[in-house]
Amino acid sequence: MLCIVKPVSIAPALLGLLQTGPRHGYDLKRAYDERFGHDRPLAYGQVYATMARLLKNGLVEVEMEPGDGPDRKRYAITDAGVSDVEQWLSRAEKPEPYLQSTLYTKVVLALLTGHDPADVLDTQRAEHLRLMRELTRRKTEGDLADQLVCDHALFHLEADLRWLELTAARLDQLAASVHA
Amino acid sequence: MTTAPTATGPLLQPSGPLLVARDLHVAFGPTTALASASLEVHGGEVLALMGPSGSGKSTLLHCLAGILRPDSGTVTFDGRDVTAMSDAERSALRRSEFGFVFQFGQLVPELTCAENVALPLRLAGVTRRDAHRTAREWLDRLEVPDIADKRPGQVSGGQGQRAAVARALITRPRVVFADEPTGALDSLNGERVMQLFVAAAKDTGAAVVLVTHEARVAAYSDREAVVRDGLVREQVPA
Amino acid sequence: MTPGRSSALTDLALGVRMSVSGGRSGWARLGLIATGLGIGVAMLLLVASLPTVLDMRAERDAARYPGTEAVEAGDDTLLVKRISSDTAQDLVVGYLLQPEGADAPLPPGVDRTLAPGEALVSPALQRVLESPQGDLLEGRWGDRVVGTIAPDGLVGPQELRVYVGTDQLTGANAQRISAFGRDVRDGGTDATTMLMALVGLTGLLVPVAGFIATAVRFGGEARDRRLAAVRLAGADAATTGRIAAGETLVGAVGGLLVGAGLFAVLRAVVPPLVPPSLTFHGADLRPAPALAALVVVLVPVAAVLVTRSALKHVIVEPLGVVRRGTVVHRRLWWRIAVPFVGLALMLTPLLSGGAGSFADAEGLVLLGMVLLLVGVALLLPWLLDVTVRRLGPGALSWDLALRRLQHESGTAVRAVSAVVVSVASLVAVHGLLGSETGTPGAQDGKFEAVVYDDLPGSDGSHWASALAGIDGVQSVDTRVMTSAEPVGGGEPIALVVGSCAALADTTSSTACTDGDVMLVAPSHAEVPAPGTTYVLGEPGSGASTWSLPPDVATVEPAYPDSAPWLFVTPQALGDAVVVPSGDDYDNAIVTIALDRAAPDVTARLQTAIAQIDPTAMVVINDPEATSSMVTGIRQGLMLGTVALLAVVGANLLVTTAEQLRERRRPLAVLAAFGVRRRVLGLSVLFQVAVPVVVGLALAVVVGSGLAVILQAGADMPVSLDLAGIGVTAGGAAAVILLATAALLPMLGRVTRPAGLQGE
Repeated sequence: MLCIVKPVSIAPALLGLLQTGPRHGYDLKRAYDERFGHDRPLAYGQVYATMARLLKNGLVEVEMEPGDGPDRKRYAITDAGVSDVEQWLSRAEKPEPYLQSTLYTKVVLALLTGHDPADVLDTQRAEHLRLMRELTRRKTEGDLADQLVCDHALFHLEADLRWLELTAARLDQLAASVHA
Repeated sequence: MTTAPTATGPLLQPSGPLLVARDLHVAFGPTTALASASLEVHGGEVLALMGPSGSGKSTLLHCLAGILRPDSGTVTFDGRDVTAMSDAERSALRRSEFGFVFQFGQLVPELTCAENVALPLRLAGVTRRDAHRTAREWLDRLEVPDIADKRPGQVSGGQGQRAAVARALITRPRVVFADEPTGALDSLNGERVMQLFVAAAKDTGAAVVLVTHEARVAAYSDREAVVRDGLVREQVPA
Repeated sequence: MTPGRSSALTDLALGVRMSVSGGRSGWARLGLIATGLGIGVAMLLLVASLPTVLDMRAERDAARYPGTEAVEAGDDTLLVKRISSDTAQDLVVGYLLQPEGADAPLPPGVDRTLAPGEALVSPALQRVLESPQGDLLEGRWGDRVVGTIAPDGLVGPQELRVYVGTDQLTGANAQRISAFGRDVRDGGTDATTMLMALVGLTGLLVPVAGFIATAVRFGGEARDRRLAAVRLAGADAATTGRIAAGETLVGAVGGLLVGAGLFAVLRAVVPPLVPPSLTFHGADLRPAPALAALVVVLVPVAAVLVTRSALKHVIVEPLGVVRRGTVVHRRLWWRIAVPFVGLALMLTPLLSGGAGSFADAEGLVLLGMVLLLVGVALLLPWLLDVTVRRLGPGALSWDLALRRLQHESGTAVRAVSAVVVSVASLVAVHGLLGSETGTPGAQDGKFEAVVYDDLPGSDGSHWASALAGIDGVQSVDTRVMTSAEPVGGGEPIALVVGSCAALADTTSSTACTDGDVMLVAPSHAEVPAPGTTYVLGEPGSGASTWSLPPDVATVEPAYPDSAPWLFVTPQALGDAVVVPSGDDYDNAIVTIALDRAAPDVTARLQTAIAQIDPTAMVVINDPEATSSMVTGIRQGLMLGTVALLAVVGANLLVTTAEQLRERRRPLAVLAAFGVRRRVLGLSVLFQVAVPVVVGLALAVVVGSGLAVILQAGADMPVSLDLAGIGVTAGGAAAVILLATAALLPMLGRVTRPAGLQGE
């Protein structure tokens, strides 16, 4: 089976990071890499490209600093940006395998932006259970092949949820390390 | 209420909630188990109570079932205040309106499975013969006819849980409380028990309050409520 | 909506069903309950039998009492005389029988007329005669033993009794009867006896109640789980209670059966073990019907009541939702209050009335005593809690035992507390008797034998020569007695011829020299005039006449209201012949001073005296011997102590066995960890021993205190019977060890890895 790591949507992540305070482009890249990049650091150009798009949509604004250094632009989040982050956080992701990185980003950003990560988990659980109920119904009514296919999906979805539960249980520790 | 189980089809949903908990507060010594927990259970629905260990879901279940009296708050069943009932009244409620399935331990080891299943009927004053006939029909229906004369210690976990389900449903209760009913079973057995359980409950029109931490088990529910830190985050019924 | 309810009968039946269908472990539990209850039932039946035993003893004793006196000798009359003498075991009581015709009555248990010199002995005395000691007794009771007394002539198999045929009895020195038997005398119960009996019963019945309470709780944890499951199915408190009652009833019926069986065994085993003074027939050991019925009814009722009280937790919490928020601490104040109120009640008369004041305040004292004893049972749980919490850690086995006791000491307490009450009362009675024996009965410490000679025609002169040769006889002093008739008419006066030593013995007067004549009379009494002439015996019997000399000194008698009598030293009589008159007085009283160093001197002397005159009564004054009554009570008390300790052992055994059974799983887990069997065995020992030791300490303290108070209250010298305490405490230690040792095989079985598996 292929191991696909779905790239995290960069825009809401960068927006979320800005919610803790204005940052330079390079700081933003470093903060992102530190929290979400792991073995795949963000290309510097990608930050500027994303920021340009966000700037155009009015979700961030630029503060120029006096002086003539190579990087005098500092990005700050606008009110529209804040509500965009909120919307993103409260929206359930479509249940599918390998959702962890997105969910992880959501949990961390929720903590960073002062939202209750438990709400993220609850929202997601509800969405997962909705799908699982559907699969369970199909399984109960279907033939053996249906049962096997549904069970496979069910076990994976359950693994997602278990991970969510575990994450919820560890929130305290997580909060401590995020705010450190 | 002692008739043999027959497929009567889903009952009509009653207009209001059947079982309502309001602002329950329960503390065990310094530990708060429930803090202002509220919940509604509607007739005929399967409601999953989820939440991490120690979140208070079992305590909530015990309060709903009238086993445990909350420190404050009320539980009403069909408009009657369960928390204000005497022990005898609550016992009568358990005998006729409620059924219970737990992870293990609810069967009396000294009695045969059929006797265990027949127990609620006999407590309700049904003759031994009638009670046992009905009990055997229920065991048939749950696909374990041959455990009737065995003691709980002599049957497998899955068989024992089916006997427990039969016992919970034999009085055609309006609510069955199930606390991790498949917790001690492997996946295959657990799935089968849940299928039979939910199907039988739907047939008899019983609502089920299902405490579980397993999503696959919760997936048999109609909706879920999450208990965390003694509070209930309830999903609005669809 | 009124849901149906099961009938009471259905509930009971359900309980019975659960009780008998628990598989092997269920039967084991039932067996233990039945055994525990059975011990209690057997004890109750023993107590219930006491009235019968006492009645039957009294009845048998009355039936052989020489009852109907006859005035004239006839074909159907019999002359009898009671004889008694000591053996190493006990007092032997017997009768000399002399039929005066063919139809003379026979005492019960005797089937033939005895010729002079023939003897019938009880089987127990027969055994004594056949023992090495028999040589010393050879010839004491007739010339030959011709058989044994049948059981219906004896109060018990251990009784020492003898009938001897003789031809030396007359109407003067014996009773003439035409039949044996008299009505059973209703002695009436004096307050002191009642008091002792009540204390004894408290001491006995409290442990029985304890055993019943303990036994009924056996398998309690499993039973609670089971009933909680039933509760969950919708049984209300009353239904659950009835189901539990049904379960308990099976155990109670089993207990009654086991108890009846045990009692049957006791009837066979106990009578031979009882000392002669308390002996009774096993067949007489049968409960009074009313009391037996009471036992049959009360034991199941009590069992059910205890079950219901033990069920409180389940009733509150179905499905064993046992989450106790707070630990229940045993409250001290009322536990202390009860014994202290008891103590105060007992001390009040003592403080206001001083020593010996209990006679006037028996009700108060009794109530105080019962409160004090019950208080012991109340104090024990608290004391054990405190002790166990204070005890420091030690070896692994010690820690295991300590933790277990800290976790749950209720079972251990119940097993012990009942016993503690008994031990406390036993120690108290030991103490009471200990001070009793501290005051020997014989005065001024002389070791002597006294022979009362009333054989017709005897003048007592032969005793001195006949007995002087016996090894150990230091001196023989003979006093001859007669009724002296004034020649000129008037009241006869008693006259005693004896040495000055003899006078000193009876009057404490020392101003006597040979040749003196003394008048022993109270100061106000009418005294004979000096010079009065007397016939020294029956007129015409060959007795001389003798005149009262003018210089007669008057001596105050020992008892102020005794009639005047004359004491004459032989020298004062000169040649005058004294002929004992016999009728109202002994002919002669012979005092024999004995040497303690001579082996078996009393036994040889008594045999020699019986051979000279089987009708003579002999009394041994031994300042170092305890009175036979106290000996009897002591023996009874020892018997009670041993019996109690045996019951304690049995109870400990059953209780601990039950605990091992119930804790099979944790023990098997420990064994699976690799905890050695020895460590587990020791931990069981400690678990048993700690509560018993704490309990015994409490019992000894309270019992000794009680004894001291009672002694003071009864104006007895205050002392403690350390030997009795030692025997009780030592016996208890032995019982603990034995009970634990007996359980080691079971521990081995329980700790096998198989114990890890469930049902």
